[in-house]
Amino acid sequence: MNGQPVPQKTTTPMANVNPSGFWKRSKNFRVAMLYLFPSFLLFSVFVFYPMMKTVYLSFFLTDYEGFPSLFVGLENYAYIFQSESFRKSIIATFIFVLITVPFGVLLALFLALLANEKLKGIGFFRTIFASNMGMSVAASSVIWLFLFHPSIGAFNQFLATFHLPQVEWLLDPSWAIISVSITTIWMNTGFAFLIILGGLQNIDEYLYENANIEGAGYWYQLKRITLPMLSPTMFFIITVSLINAFQTFGQVDILTQGGPAESTNLIVYSIYREAFINYQFGPASAQSVVLFLCILVVTILQFKFGEKKVHYQ
Amino acid sequence: MMTRGKKWTFYILLMISAVVMFFPTFYAFMVSFMSSEEVMAGKLFPSELTLRNYQDAFDKLPLLHYLMNSFIVSISVTIGQLIVSSLAAYAFVFIQFKGRNALFFLFISTMMIPWEATMIPNFMTIQQFGWINRYFGLTIPFFAMAFGTFLLRQHFKTIPKELQEASQIAGLSRFQFFYKVVLPVSKTSLVTLGAYGFLTTWNMYLWPLLVTNNESVRTVQIGLKQLQAEEIATDWGVVMAGVIVVVIPTLVLLFAGQKQLQKGLTQGAIK
Repeated sequence: MNGQPVPQKTTTPMANVNPSGFWKRSKNFRVAMLYLFPSFLLFSVFVFYPMMKTVYLSFFLTDYEGFPSLFVGLENYAYIFQSESFRKSIIATFIFVLITVPFGVLLALFLALLANEKLKGIGFFRTIFASNMGMSVAASSVIWLFLFHPSIGAFNQFLATFHLPQVEWLLDPSWAIISVSITTIWMNTGFAFLIILGGLQNIDEYLYENANIEGAGYWYQLKRITLPMLSPTMFFIITVSLINAFQTFGQVDILTQGGPAESTNLIVYSIYREAFINYQFGPASAQSVVLFLCILVVTILQFKFGEKKVHYQ
Repeated sequence: MMTRGKKWTFYILLMISAVVMFFPTFYAFMVSFMSSEEVMAGKLFPSELTLRNYQDAFDKLPLLHYLMNSFIVSISVTIGQLIVSSLAAYAFVFIQFKGRNALFFLFISTMMIPWEATMIPNFMTIQQFGWINRYFGLTIPFFAMAFGTFLLRQHFKTIPKELQEASQIAGLSRFQFFYKVVLPVSKTSLVTLGAYGFLTTWNMYLWPLLVTNNESVRTVQIGLKQLQAEEIATDWGVVMAGVIVVVIPTLVLLFAGQKQLQKGLTQGAIK
């Protein structure tokens, strides 16, 4: 990038007008680099280098400290895709994503639509709905661990009052993934709610005034004005929720440790276990690459198909 | 204008939603005052408001020390992120240079790389630097932030170019323009980003779990896991007292800055 003369735009107030000499003409570039240097250094060390290193490690067997010892080509990939455990992890991850993203976004949308009404005391409700954003993963998980407790947990006590059968929330493999998903939905609603509420408040008041004059009802306005105008926000929050769902770790670590029968062994937890408990850094890196590709594919698909349906103002 | 019936429908839905959404937090708060017998009996309210569980939580764990650690780490990351991102955003908005768009794209592309996919080499790097159990390991990797740069860039773009010209005429250098003009007029965005950075860092879980293995710099989130693992069978009241202590700083921050946070984040998300 430095090899070419940098054309100067004389319209820029701080541009160097003297065109003589490459050194002078590239002044802006050098100054910009000075401002960008901290970010570049950090991104290089903690994002780009480790990403390449992850791909590199995925082709090797390593010693227990993580130093590559034997080149094995694609064998780590072959190994993880043949392993029952990783296949379960992928399935669990997809079930989890398919539960948490749609329900989480719809819940947040519902709450935001309620909280966007101009009613007395609405600020109180907004604060309540947003409050989950301040609850950390660890704190939320511990609270829900208690709620899911087989005997003294609130849910089973609630069921007992109505003489309904007790549920093994975290011990039954088919319930455990649902329980972890519910916890996650609850935890993530705060952020999604705030973003969607912001989106709602950005919609031009004028549009509703016109609709009101014409006598359009609530549902009609919702369908014809609110949802179309909200689509960029929804697009954003769906993308963020998808990416977040793939990155889930804390709730699994505290609620289930990946169990029972690996039914909640979500991909990041699987990577963590493979690398930092089993010291299998090669296969763990291969799993990391799969995680990266999942997120990449989801993001690209989102932008390719989602963007078309989005209505920008 | 809203009809009476419609108004009530909204209020009822709001009430139900608030009860459902806030119940876990409220219940945790109640349990934090209960004795273990009361917890076992499945009571909803404690019989007396005693701080005994809180005292126990602080006795059983160096909770105060963990809180200090979390404060140091969160504040360092917040300040680091603000400095690094605002410098980068400034270059992207106020300096014309070749390859600006390409470089900005490179910045944005880092958002596609999930932190968890790179944690293995990052852990090794931190180990090599000798940063395990040091504040450095918990803070410096998070200073550069594409989202923050993006958010600030959006705001910097709204600053009129005339201001830049005027400051040049007034004889301010580029850097003076940055910290005397650009930063002060962007105060709201900086506060939003700062609050967001503080929240996310305070709540961080996986990374502190990896790079701390003793009490020296361990954060309060990991302390909570420790407390839960030790006390789970015996005393839920103490565990919930720990939970409340951990969430109070972020809840206070959120209640104080909710409006601001919402406005700032939406701006970055949509424009």
